[in-house]
Amino acid sequence: MSYIVRYISKTADGREIKRSANFDGDTITIGRDPNSSIVLADLAVDMNHARVVAASRGAIRVESTGGLEFRSNGRSVLQADIDINEGAELGFGAYLLTVGAENGVPVITVQRAASADDAADERQFFQLTGLLPSRRALAWTFTIAVLALFLIWPIWTYSNANAVKDRGSGYHADTAWESGPLSLAHQSLEKNCQACHVNKFESVQDTSCLACHKDDAHDHAPMKRLINARGEKDFGSSIKQFVKNTVGKPQGQCVECHTEHEGAGKMTRTAQVFCTDCHATLQTQLPDTKLANASDFGTGHPQFMVNLTVDPGVMPRQVRRVALDGPLFEDNGLKFPHDIHLSQNNSVARMMRTLGTEQGWGESLDCKDCHIATADGVRFKPMTMEANCQACHSLAFDKIGGTVRTLRHGEPEQVIADLRGFYRSTLPPRPVNLGGMARRQPGQYAAEQTAQDYLLGAKQWPNSAERAIQAVFSKGGACYDCHTINRLNGGIKVTPVVQPDRYMKAGWFDHKAHDTEKCESCHKADKSHKATDVLLPDLASCRTCHVGESGGKIKAVDKPVKSGCAMCHDYHISKNGAPWRPEGDRKKIVGQIAEAR
Amino acid sequence: MATKAPTSGLQTERVRSDGTHEGFLEYRNFYWLKVALVISGVAGLAYALIDVQPRHNGGSGYGYTLGTIGFGLILWLTMLGVRKRRVSSKHWSLKAWTSAHVYLGLSLIIIGTLHTGFQLGWNVHTLAYFLMMLVIISGLFGISAYSVLPERMSFNRDSATETDMLTNLRKIDEQLHEAAQPLDHAHAALVKESLDQNSFGGGIWARLRNSYPRCRTREVHEAIKAEISQGPNTGDEALEKVSILLERKVATLARTRRHLQLKALLEFWLYVHVPMTFALIAALIAHVISVFFYW
Repeated sequence: MSYIVRYISKTADGREIKRSANFDGDTITIGRDPNSSIVLADLAVDMNHARVVAASRGAIRVESTGGLEFRSNGRSVLQADIDINEGAELGFGAYLLTVGAENGVPVITVQRAASADDAADERQFFQLTGLLPSRRALAWTFTIAVLALFLIWPIWTYSNANAVKDRGSGYHADTAWESGPLSLAHQSLEKNCQACHVNKFESVQDTSCLACHKDDAHDHAPMKRLINARGEKDFGSSIKQFVKNTVGKPQGQCVECHTEHEGAGKMTRTAQVFCTDCHATLQTQLPDTKLANASDFGTGHPQFMVNLTVDPGVMPRQVRRVALDGPLFEDNGLKFPHDIHLSQNNSVARMMRTLGTEQGWGESLDCKDCHIATADGVRFKPMTMEANCQACHSLAFDKIGGTVRTLRHGEPEQVIADLRGFYRSTLPPRPVNLGGMARRQPGQYAAEQTAQDYLLGAKQWPNSAERAIQAVFSKGGACYDCHTINRLNGGIKVTPVVQPDRYMKAGWFDHKAHDTEKCESCHKADKSHKATDVLLPDLASCRTCHVGESGGKIKAVDKPVKSGCAMCHDYHISKNGAPWRPEGDRKKIVGQIAEAR
Repeated sequence: MATKAPTSGLQTERVRSDGTHEGFLEYRNFYWLKVALVISGVAGLAYALIDVQPRHNGGSGYGYTLGTIGFGLILWLTMLGVRKRRVSSKHWSLKAWTSAHVYLGLSLIIIGTLHTGFQLGWNVHTLAYFLMMLVIISGLFGISAYSVLPERMSFNRDSATETDMLTNLRKIDEQLHEAAQPLDHAHAALVKESLDQNSFGGGIWARLRNSYPRCRTREVHEAIKAEISQGPNTGDEALEKVSILLERKVATLARTRRHLQLKALLEFWLYVHVPMTFALIAALIAHVISVFFYW
């Protein structure tokens, strides 16, 4: 028995080199030991790993000598019987031994299993290429992810929610576009982008705002005048305007001032500069304006303009606008001397002391005894005869039993009818000497005469009504002393009393905010003898406390109250409401004043 | 920005007249640093002087101006990748580009931050800002890596080339293989473990931290060393030879691994810088479109 062992090795350029060796004998050895028949220089191979034994004709047996396994046709075994004509593949470490036959002699071909060529990877070995995905792959991945999550998904959300009124909770991809939280007032719209952003690539339109703000967004002035008032006619401004118009954000839109997504805060107080940008030089920008320039309450504010009644007899009320410079007079139809009523040592004061306990008055009449504040404290209720005058100025004219008859206030025709009725249904008072119970005696001529005179008088009594009517509507009469009586065309007409609720419609004044003050510090009522005196305080009077927003003043002010335009004026001029102010702002100011005093 | 190529930026000016090297940071006596400082200063001054109501944001005239400048700058900075692939002596030198890239890129910190008006949130706009800062910070890391690491690398290599290192290792492995032939199976298996293990495995973190806790070569070396010093059979020459070879392998591995670490640090920042730049451009596109979409 002999064996042929054939070694195959490869050169660097891939060429095969074959060497052959013949072994005689039944047994050959395989191992790392250089004395082995087949030397396998591989540390995975045992020194004496296996031996090959001739089994029978045409068959060999390979068996492990050291107890270490080897591979036979892919399986790990300790022993393998091989038909040399069929052949087999044996594996020892990195070596592959192929068994075959040539002319009945077993041939074992030995070759080293192909190993990876280290040199090929050498260049890349020192780079990060194999350890990380390529930069290109990373760039594509991130780019696509960002575009998908932050561009395509939000657009998809928008197109699905465009016509929806309320999207409901849950995540909406277009909220990833939100540049900042909405203001507190708009929190409920946080998830409904489409409430304001209606059409794509179109700025938020006023219609979106006005859908909710129906009553509190009055126009400040016609748009054209507003834009002219800004006086932005320089080159830079026109470029800015051109850009704004081009990108679809023209001037005058709500959003021009009311920017959103600036944080979940409250709306802040309007800065003075917002107003004075136009109003400081308004007359230059709008030559036809009736408004004077106003730059700062402390240093540059026009005198107050008040609306005075032209004629109390004309309805509806017509007014003239007059500056509050010097004493002003207004006929409101009433005759009323404030000074007499507020005096502390005249008949009024004496009457106060008489009626004081009953009515809850003090030693003399006080402002608050007649002027009752409205529920909100801003203004005062209008005077009425019944509530404010009648307690002293009684209209009683008759007493039947315990019941007092009074003339009907506010209805002159009724007064006339009542007086006529009174004289028609009554007799003049009987003279004492006509006392009914006394016994009459002859010769009492004088009494007869008296009786006859009385009868004559009684016959004429009803005609006295006209005199009484004239007297009531004439000087010294109950109506005349307070009211203006008009005797046109033979009739008697009482001019109605006009009590305007506000004299200054463009500015706001809150009496309650000034309750730290006394009435007379602003209204010189105790010096006023006529109801025609306009007792409103002027600009200088206000400036004794109020200074400009940043403290500007003309004269020294003891305890200054910094006052921006928005304290009295409202941009969205509401008909009868206070100017908008941040919550708690008024309280803060009043608190400061109270503390200062 | 100047469109005309400055004559001093030509490639021929690689070396100063006195023969010393001028790096991209000092290029033209810090010209681009000065430009970047002027841009940042002007932007900061305008931020302080312009009164935006109710507060600074990207949507004011000033904000849009900064945004436009910033976006343009980012696109131009990205073009460095194109420029460096085009070998040319006609346009600005690559050094000039790199110098401008670094300093103008840093000025983006000011431009971008002022553009935000310091209003940040969980949205695409802040994502763009965050990515921009990530790119800038990774770039800063790159600059510091380029200025510090090459020296350390050179010191570590000790004039050996990368090929030298690998060849050295391969030779040691071959010698180990040979020296281990006479060993018994248990020892041979140990040496085989050292030979079979990829001594540089462990992924990117192992490489960046130069930490290979499961290095079989070291373990095998320690085990064999311990056996030689303790065992009675001290006359085993083959094992001693293997031990010496393993010690050499451990030393060579240490140097090679340190080299790999330095090289990885030198390269790694680009794996943030470059992909994040493209993510940033994508985020900027989304940012700009979203602003005009919900205008």
